Amino acid sequence: METPFRRMLSDFLSSPTAVFGLVLLAAILTVAIAAPFISPQNPYDLAQLDVMDGRLPPGAKTDGGTFWLGTDDQGRDMLSAIFYGLRISLTVGVVSTVVALALGLALGLAAAYLGGRTETVIMRIADIQLSFPAILIALILLAVLGQGMLKIIAALVTVQWAYYARTVRSAALVEKRKEYIEAARCLALPPSRIVFRHLLPNCLPPLIVVATVQVAAAIALEATLSFLGLGLPITEPSLGLLIANGYQYLLSGKYWISFFPGVALLLTIVSINLVADQLRDVLNPRLQR
Amino acid sequence: MTEALLSVDRLRTYFFTKAGVCKAVDDASFAVDGGEVLGLVGESGSGKSMTGYSIMGLVDPPGRVVGGRILLAGRDLAALPAEEMRQLRGNRIAMIFQDPMMTLNPVLRIDTQMVETILAHEKIPRAAALDRARAALVQVGIPSPDARLKAYPHQFSGGMRQRVAIAIALLNRPDVIIADEPTTALDVTIQGQILYEMQKLTRETGAALIWITHDLSVIAGLADRVCVMYAGRIVEQGSTADVLREPRHPYTRGLLDSVPGNAPAREKLKQISGMTPSLIELPPGCAFRSRCPYATAECEETPEMRPYGAIGQSIRCFHPLSAPTP
Amino acid sequence: MSVFIVRRSLQAVLVLFVMSMLVFIGVYAIGNPIDILINPLADQQEREHAIAALGLDRPMWTQYLAFLAGALRGDLGNSFVHNTSALRLILERMPATLELAIAAMVIAIVLGIPLGLWAGLKPNTAAGRTIMAGSILGFSLPTFWVGLMLIMVFSVMLGWLPSNGRGPTTLLFGVPVSFLSLEGWRHLILPATNLALFKLALLIRLTRAGTREALLQDYVKFARAKGLTNARVIGVHVLRNILIPIVTVIGLEFGSVIAFAIVTETVFAWPGMGKLLIDSINLLDRPIIVAYLLVIVFMFIVINLLVDILYSALDPRVRLSEAKG
Repeated sequence: METPFRRMLSDFLSSPTAVFGLVLLAAILTVAIAAPFISPQNPYDLAQLDVMDGRLPPGAKTDGGTFWLGTDDQGRDMLSAIFYGLRISLTVGVVSTVVALALGLALGLAAAYLGGRTETVIMRIADIQLSFPAILIALILLAVLGQGMLKIIAALVTVQWAYYARTVRSAALVEKRKEYIEAARCLALPPSRIVFRHLLPNCLPPLIVVATVQVAAAIALEATLSFLGLGLPITEPSLGLLIANGYQYLLSGKYWISFFPGVALLLTIVSINLVADQLRDVLNPRLQR
Repeated sequence: MTEALLSVDRLRTYFFTKAGVCKAVDDASFAVDGGEVLGLVGESGSGKSMTGYSIMGLVDPPGRVVGGRILLAGRDLAALPAEEMRQLRGNRIAMIFQDPMMTLNPVLRIDTQMVETILAHEKIPRAAALDRARAALVQVGIPSPDARLKAYPHQFSGGMRQRVAIAIALLNRPDVIIADEPTTALDVTIQGQILYEMQKLTRETGAALIWITHDLSVIAGLADRVCVMYAGRIVEQGSTADVLREPRHPYTRGLLDSVPGNAPAREKLKQISGMTPSLIELPPGCAFRSRCPYATAECEETPEMRPYGAIGQSIRCFHPLSAPTP
Repeated sequence: MSVFIVRRSLQAVLVLFVMSMLVFIGVYAIGNPIDILINPLADQQEREHAIAALGLDRPMWTQYLAFLAGALRGDLGNSFVHNTSALRLILERMPATLELAIAAMVIAIVLGIPLGLWAGLKPNTAAGRTIMAGSILGFSLPTFWVGLMLIMVFSVMLGWLPSNGRGPTTLLFGVPVSFLSLEGWRHLILPATNLALFKLALLIRLTRAGTREALLQDYVKFARAKGLTNARVIGVHVLRNILIPIVTVIGLEFGSVIAFAIVTETVFAWPGMGKLLIDSINLLDRPIIVAYLLVIVFMFIVINLLVDILYSALDPRVRLSEAKG
């Protein structure tokens, strides 16, 4: 039986690039989740590190095994560092997106449903915030708040919530005008039910697309902030910090310290964007044939 | 016998989609002379607009003209290379579309849009082109043309915009004008004015006019001859008087009966039962079969156009209506 | 039209006031103003002296007025590190940032619009698909990493271009610019390209989407029905329509480019406002941070205002409806 979901799934899978993106993303997620189990070395266990192993090129051998991607200045195996770094980058990206989504969803629905003053205030704040680039807001917030995982998640949430609020509100406004909402109101259904059972499901498609793209954006933003020295502390290095570490060795030709974490970051973001692109086409009702 | 100005012979335009082949226009043949008005009548999806686009060479992929000939003064338009076709468009054949708000470019001025039509086909100085544009606006009855030329489409009312579109169509004195439901989007009163203008202008210029519509009442007042289309095929054609007075095809009969004005007072309005078939993978046989009260097993063969009834009338049916209708 | 400009300008001034209040609250009320404004190395006596001098013991609204007065005069405090006017330091660095930002925008526009147009006109060709794939890559690549790789390839491996700094400057209308010399170009090209990458990808996608949508419109069919050449249909009818939203995006993105220059300036050690900001954050030189914020807010508001005006100038529908009231 052809349900809408099944049709969307087959639409999604009809694009080879999207399938490629999905497969890549699944691989990356698996690696990130399984990092402690599959890394040749725990890069944060100082006992395992030997500074004498520092700055070795890819493929260098040691008594423990091969440093497939080389080592950084502390003697950390790049491959392991990348696995752990993926973990942190993805965690920060996903958590901040989910929290921002929840916050933006709540505020957007409230604005759409309650209207009036509430709506004006919420949307004004969102608009003003959206007119400034995310990196600037995050930068200043972190300059004031300092370093730490919670703080960077807070900064990312602050930067992102407005997207969701605005998307949800637009979608909800369109739905609100439709007749079935008036019908529901005439039936004296409680507002919470109208919002959750009727408004919400119709706002979901654009939200899903925005959220997917935003995960990639959040990951990129966190990497940038970490690179600038403002994000995560050195005890929890995300991919951005790894790249920053390698910056100083670039000019002496030890490219691998920055190169490989960057490739990992790139693959993560590209796969998410490929999936998001196809999701956007699949979920866009206007493009339905 | 003089050769008609425009003669369409067994035209077929198909769309090749993922869902199947859609025969938008299937075996259409008709002819139009200078100064004559031909009505192309049908419901939406009957292929009437697509016929117009096929003549203009404006069929977009995944569709294309797959067969037949379109003879304009002896040249087969369907076989022309793209550049030669472009030279004819807007020049020897012009088209007027349904919604003038959408067809006039909202960010360009009226004079730009008129002058470019002239300059695309003739190398004359811009001032001369502007003069012609101004004269064309006067011809279609638009007051203060100088101010109007400098205006933008959204500053006009619907009726005025359509007059501008008509003026643009007439700029290069085309031999054939195809009007695709030009009055559907307008008020009834404006509709009457536009109809009158078009009739006058075609008589004056001697152009052939093909008027595409779903509204039989428009045809009654305007067209000399009419083709009735259903599911991509012409099912009946003849002089307007003959076809409307004594329709021979059950579909035409059904159409006429369903016009509320024709219904006797206090009786239930008549409808044609059933729905138009999907044009994708249309089964062989008469397309109207499933809704026709006279259908028999014979109708599983696709009928051809055959002369029947008055002179110049032909229909595509195995069971033409013969008795004069009460 | 002038009514429109005046109205928008008043709105802009209002926003500026609101933002100044927010910055004030951020610095003076939430953060510990003493730490922010007074050099942390000062001893107790100096602190008390400074507190009195800065009026931090007076009620909030007086402080705000004093802050405003200082801001309007151009005095936003002195940098802790350089001990000169923070505002002046920022303004000294502004030409470098603007040069970088403008160069990046030009690259993005000159390459992005034609490529996007091509991809929109021929979406199913190899070229069209490559362009789209490239654009996905373009905005997936983290800017700072690309910068590092550019340095790696062009400076370290190939040795063609310098890896950091700005070229020698000459004065153009009193503003120091470096793009007038070849040496200046050699320093400018890598960071500008790096900065342009993201916007380039964005513009390609935008132009492609706009083109595809425009081609479906009736006015394109009508233009063809008039027998216009393909070049004219695309070059005039389609382009004029899609340029309107694209121009506004370009305008709005320009502010974002200036902000993103922070990263590029850090990677390439380009002496602009952004690098100054990062250095100041690391050195806890807060007056510079405050000054940067206010300058950026001001720039953004001006840019938004200009974009609004530009949009109404380009789209006749907006222009004429605004004129009516």
